[in-house]
Amino acid sequence: MPTINLNTAEVPIRESRLGSVTGYKGSAGELCRRSRDGSLKERERSFTQCATCASITAICQVAMIRDAAVVNHAPLGCAGDFGNFNFINRAGQAKRGWRLANAKLLNSNLDEQDIVFGGGGKLKDAVREAKTRFAPKVIFVTTSCASGIIGDDVAGICEEMTEELGIPVVSISCEGFRSQIWATGFDAAYHAILRRVMKPAATRRPDLINVINFWGEDIFTDLFGRLGLTPNYVVPFTTIGQLERLSEAAATVQVCSTLGTYLAAGLEEHFGVPEVKAPSPYGIAGTDAWFRELGRVTGKEAEVEVLIAEEKERIAPELAELRERLAGVRGFVSAGAVHGHSLIAILRELGMEVPGACVWHHDKRLDHGDPRGDSLQHVVTEYGEVPFSVCNKQSFELVNLLNRLRPDIFIVRHNGMAVWGAKLGIPTFLMGDEHFGLGYEGLLNYGRKILDTITNPAFVRNLARHTRLPYTEWWLSQEPFAFLGEGA
Amino acid sequence: MSAVVEQPRHFCMLGAKQSVVAIERAVPIVHAGPGCSSKLWSGLSFCNGFQGAGYAGGSAVPSTNTGEREVVFGGEGRLREVIEGALKVMDGDLFVVLTGCTSDIVGDDTAQVVREFRERGVPIVHAETGGFKGTSFAGHEALLDAIIRQFLGPARETIPNLVNVFASVPYLDPFWSGNLEGLRELLAGIGLEANILFGPGSGGIEAWRKIPVARFNLVVSPWVGVKAAQLLEERYGTPWLHYPVLPVGGTETSRFLATVGEFAGIDRARTEAFIRREEERFYYYLERAADFILEFRYDLPGRFVTVCDSLYALGVSRFLVNDLGLLPGEQFVTDQTPPEHRDALRGAFAALSPSVAAPVTFTPDGGAVQRHLREARHHRPPLIIGSTWDKDIAAELKGYQVSLSLPVTDRLVLDRSYVGYRGGLRLAEDIYGAILGSYQ
Repeated sequence: MPTINLNTAEVPIRESRLGSVTGYKGSAGELCRRSRDGSLKERERSFTQCATCASITAICQVAMIRDAAVVNHAPLGCAGDFGNFNFINRAGQAKRGWRLANAKLLNSNLDEQDIVFGGGGKLKDAVREAKTRFAPKVIFVTTSCASGIIGDDVAGICEEMTEELGIPVVSISCEGFRSQIWATGFDAAYHAILRRVMKPAATRRPDLINVINFWGEDIFTDLFGRLGLTPNYVVPFTTIGQLERLSEAAATVQVCSTLGTYLAAGLEEHFGVPEVKAPSPYGIAGTDAWFRELGRVTGKEAEVEVLIAEEKERIAPELAELRERLAGVRGFVSAGAVHGHSLIAILRELGMEVPGACVWHHDKRLDHGDPRGDSLQHVVTEYGEVPFSVCNKQSFELVNLLNRLRPDIFIVRHNGMAVWGAKLGIPTFLMGDEHFGLGYEGLLNYGRKILDTITNPAFVRNLARHTRLPYTEWWLSQEPFAFLGEGA
Repeated sequence: MSAVVEQPRHFCMLGAKQSVVAIERAVPIVHAGPGCSSKLWSGLSFCNGFQGAGYAGGSAVPSTNTGEREVVFGGEGRLREVIEGALKVMDGDLFVVLTGCTSDIVGDDTAQVVREFRERGVPIVHAETGGFKGTSFAGHEALLDAIIRQFLGPARETIPNLVNVFASVPYLDPFWSGNLEGLRELLAGIGLEANILFGPGSGGIEAWRKIPVARFNLVVSPWVGVKAAQLLEERYGTPWLHYPVLPVGGTETSRFLATVGEFAGIDRARTEAFIRREEERFYYYLERAADFILEFRYDLPGRFVTVCDSLYALGVSRFLVNDLGLLPGEQFVTDQTPPEHRDALRGAFAALSPSVAAPVTFTPDGGAVQRHLREARHHRPPLIIGSTWDKDIAAELKGYQVSLSLPVTDRLVLDRSYVGYRGGLRLAEDIYGAILGSYQ
């Protein structure tokens, strides 16, 4: 089933490519069933709060490539995320012991005149400046709502500038208005890398495993090392040379297939690098399945069985203790789709209850289309039903829901959401490191973190007593999904 | 407007939504693409001293999240729907609709939609803040204009000691709330009641309703707020004083208080008594610093460079020259100062003190600043007062660096103020703290 078309400049958005939705309430099992039988439809809200856009997620993937530069072709406000990506960039450099340096980001500063007469000239200037200032190996150009609506031919200009400058100048189509699923921006960045940066493999490296991730701690050097494999983390903090040679790897794994589905499928379909299709490696069942599939793909079945047995034996005593202490503790989970599924698995594995979970969008299928990778179905099969909803960061719904459920802990992954748990007096944490909960050790990490968080709720309790929510009494007495329309 | 911008130090018009968040119990409604509010929150609030969501900011901001459908068919219906919802869901005293690029380019008649609600008695105003129209400073001015024209009633009487203060732009200045409180305390010292409009304890919409009854308006900024004062003069006949320098430290603050006191017709003896008392305290601490400043045997900065918006560039320069006795190198003003205000700023930098002048460059582009600094001659380590972006160039030039100006991601900012006598002492502590920190 061919899915990844590298002939077009624009990536198809997730709504059309993966049938993704941003509105759902019900149970996890029902969502899986309806995703398969085709009855799942998008449900829009008449009232909405701000979400996130594809421009942010696209820049997030290319901003930290060490020898690339990014030109954000947009009015200056679209550079609002530069400071954050620079922070992440410097923090990541510091962790790796590298010299600190600012991210190589430029904004073309579209103004009123450009909106009327077109911004092409300014884009060319910005690309030339990027070459002069940063001497990059590749320049990525990200689009914006404004450049999209006025119809600047960004892809065409990038081709022209590639000729002129002698380095690839690659357009990334990530206009915010095109998709309500901000993960489309990941796909847009990967589409650009697959199309214009990657090269066919000259040799194969049977030990090399591409790991599509954000910027979590390096845990795979140890785990993979025990299998005779080497991790190749992509895309942040790589070099262009490394990206050119992704095709040499023996396999691609993902820590969250919401992030990497498009890149992994593209690597398999166009460069012959097999994708490990399995539930995410969180919780014992998921981790077992993930490592076994990795072992099968790389011919390391025996080594994987040893690893699994050793790891399980190693964590058993502390896991038993954590399960005892966390039994019956109620945890609510909010995160980007698959990472949310993974967190449910962790909580259930720790013996906790999950009175509800909410993810930021739902993909009916992944790009590879293989049911073995259905992480939500995996959770339902392994751990049973969970009350489940989908909202693109609509905090009014979440606050209403949390206020009703009053869980013992709120675990969230996306900036700007944790504060609402705290204002309700619910012990809350955001785990920024996506590797923190991964694998067997990840269960212990999460168990300890949850125990620590509920042990001293002073900060959130005080906040709840002294701050006010921006919501009316009326709203807090309504059903949490009152604004969710019927499916079209 | 400038061409390409590297290392942005402010954002677009829609940044005004952070000014709305700074008004107690006000709720912004953003009619724009799905990521605009998040990007601006990240840039103006989180990555600027880690200021939080506030009451109705962060992920609580109502937004139409414009999609392809609204771009093609228009977004007025969608906006109506979101306003209706916001009025039910959000607990606010004032709603402010702000447009983004999408709605301004496709030409939604936002004014008409908002007018319909206002005619129903809803406290709601709107401002056109499409990102391509200008900077966040201009967006803040557009917000002031919108509230004055669409929300304020007629002036009934005048409260004799009340003064409206237009100074720091909320969030964009990471120290805005502390600075505004600092100005309030200074003005209270000479018997004036400051109506500071933004931030904790400012009084929310009741404070805004009082704008027409103030005795005068005070603009403390080289240019931001001037238009609002002019508009208020036009509509209510309110006189206004333009004090273009942020008063930081002893010299400038005393001058500021004397100027304001005289403009307000306050008994000179009262103002002088307050100044004397505060100066005594200020110079007690400055004297304590003298042994360190005069005897420190390692490098102290040769020349200082500011890379800030005009409010900080001028205010901080004056303080460093007049109170700490430092000498300036080139000064960079990053706020895209409107052309009509540039001569006055150049003049102010040319006369930082009777014996000290500084060249000034206007650019929002951090890359251009770096180039200038690389090409300049530095006999001794420079002190670069700017943003977290400037850490690299400071390291390259083996200089010292302090982040005061957006983005600030190397320090947490709560209620710190750089205004007044105490603000000067804070700034001295922070600058010399950074220098000493580099030795240990």
